[in-house]
Amino acid sequence: MQELDTTGLGSVRVTRKSDNVVVIEKDLATEQMVLAMGPQHPSTHGVLKLECLTDGEVITEAVPYLGYLHRCFEKCCENVDYPAVVPYTDRLDYLAGMNSEFSYALAVEKLLDIEIPRRVEFIRVIVAELNRIASHLVAIGTYGIDLGAFTPFLFCFRDREIILGLLEWASGARMLYNYIWVGGLAYDVPSDFLTRVREFVTYFRPKTLELCNLLTKNEIFVKRTLGIGIMPADVAINYGWSGPMLRGSGVKWDLRRNDPYSVYPELDFNVPVPDGKLSVVGDCLSRHLVRAFEMDESLKIIEQCIDKMPSAEGFNPRSAIPKRIRPKAGEVYSRAENPRGELGFYIQSDGKSTKPIRCKARSSCFVNLSAMKDLSKGQLIPDLVAIIGSIDIVLGEVDR
Amino acid sequence: MEEGKVLSQSVQQSAAAYAIIHEKFGAAVSAFDANETMPFFEVLDTGLWPDIALFMRDHAKLKFNYMACLSGVDYQAEEKVGIVCNIESLGLFNHKLAVKVKCARNGGSIPTVAYVWHTANWHEREAYDMFGMLFTGHPELRRILCPDDWEGFPLRKDYKVQESYHGIKVPY
Repeated sequence: MQELDTTGLGSVRVTRKSDNVVVIEKDLATEQMVLAMGPQHPSTHGVLKLECLTDGEVITEAVPYLGYLHRCFEKCCENVDYPAVVPYTDRLDYLAGMNSEFSYALAVEKLLDIEIPRRVEFIRVIVAELNRIASHLVAIGTYGIDLGAFTPFLFCFRDREIILGLLEWASGARMLYNYIWVGGLAYDVPSDFLTRVREFVTYFRPKTLELCNLLTKNEIFVKRTLGIGIMPADVAINYGWSGPMLRGSGVKWDLRRNDPYSVYPELDFNVPVPDGKLSVVGDCLSRHLVRAFEMDESLKIIEQCIDKMPSAEGFNPRSAIPKRIRPKAGEVYSRAENPRGELGFYIQSDGKSTKPIRCKARSSCFVNLSAMKDLSKGQLIPDLVAIIGSIDIVLGEVDR
Repeated sequence: MEEGKVLSQSVQQSAAAYAIIHEKFGAAVSAFDANETMPFFEVLDTGLWPDIALFMRDHAKLKFNYMACLSGVDYQAEEKVGIVCNIESLGLFNHKLAVKVKCARNGGSIPTVAYVWHTANWHEREAYDMFGMLFTGHPELRRILCPDDWEGFPLRKDYKVQESYHGIKVPY
């Protein structure tokens, strides 16, 4: 290695790599620039602001600013009764309302220590898994859009529409359901519902393959995501990652399997984890693959639930709902596997009030997003878009 | 702990993990509260909290590598605010423990554990934002969900919302 100053532009470093490769680096001073991405930016999936410090096209630091969608969820919870919190939980992760309600209901039921009818459990799992597919479809579709693939988005939304129709039929709302109540359900499913769900499963199974051929095997898509934003497993755990993000880093961890709740222990399904053949473990493509494969597993779960479900005879979805929900004094931290990871609720009860003293939502997106600073360091700006898309944030849940 | 009560397996695991911590830190930690919904212990010597956290993360038989949640809590009756941390050993031992740390309500501070678990970084910022306790040694302790110039700490029980914010009427 030699250092020369022949140009007058600063020192020039010449490194001989091999016989015929010589690397010449010019030490030109570059100025850092602040680039604000968002709050109104299509690829931030909502109102997230990223303040990027860039050196040319390379990001030296990206600082997320949140709170634009803060709606005081936790303060609201302290002012309403336990059952009245359910509609608020819908508005956390508005793409997966059923899963959020499910998680909240589990937490309060754990505090109340009550038994839930078996049919209720199965219906809950079916609607939650349907919602998981719908949520993953949005994640995959919008991820395609972020990277310039428009068609998969339309395919995804076409299929998601069917799920929203089904859930609307069951609950009366398309996205903000208020369907899973503490101790039961708002209504039983309509009489023909399960047949329609089965039809959907048969219809949708080949569509996952179609989506795979269209997007996951697309060379441009693969080039944009392969090896980008790699997160090693131990760092991911330290950051508190969960759900598809953690599994994308190669950790086989699914709360439905590892900390089972409801009827999940009776069901047979796989936990897809990238093996490094199609992607680099921990990169954006791995996280996308986990979501894509998970949809198939959800279909499996739904089918099994329909088969195992007890009949509707003499069934009252509200039979286990207490007249007055007033848990004994205590605290609980309970969590469930949301499409985006671990959604937990920390609830504190004083034993006297019908309102929670403290209700904290542990949001999966909030925690997943907190690794943004590490993930974005040294990446190109277009790759930053790929990374944000792969985190799959819903700002409603981040800001609460 | 009540005599003769049969504890579930997960609580027994937590109790075993607590025993190791208690052996090392003695009077700095409170007795173990073995309830079924969320077994916890409290850190009585707040200054030792980072040491306890590091010990919990790195001890060969504990390996609490995953912080699931950190919630701020207002203990108005005790004139204190505090945090509740739900920590577990993900994929290794699968035991869970909740840890409580409290400090004075006005001007109190808790040492940060953001260097032990990265999860704590944003959660501590949130706890500061909502409850107003300081986290000494935190890399960037500023508000996270509320605007930087917001007044008061919204989740305190005696919080009164400010009249106006930049000329906009706040209560409606």
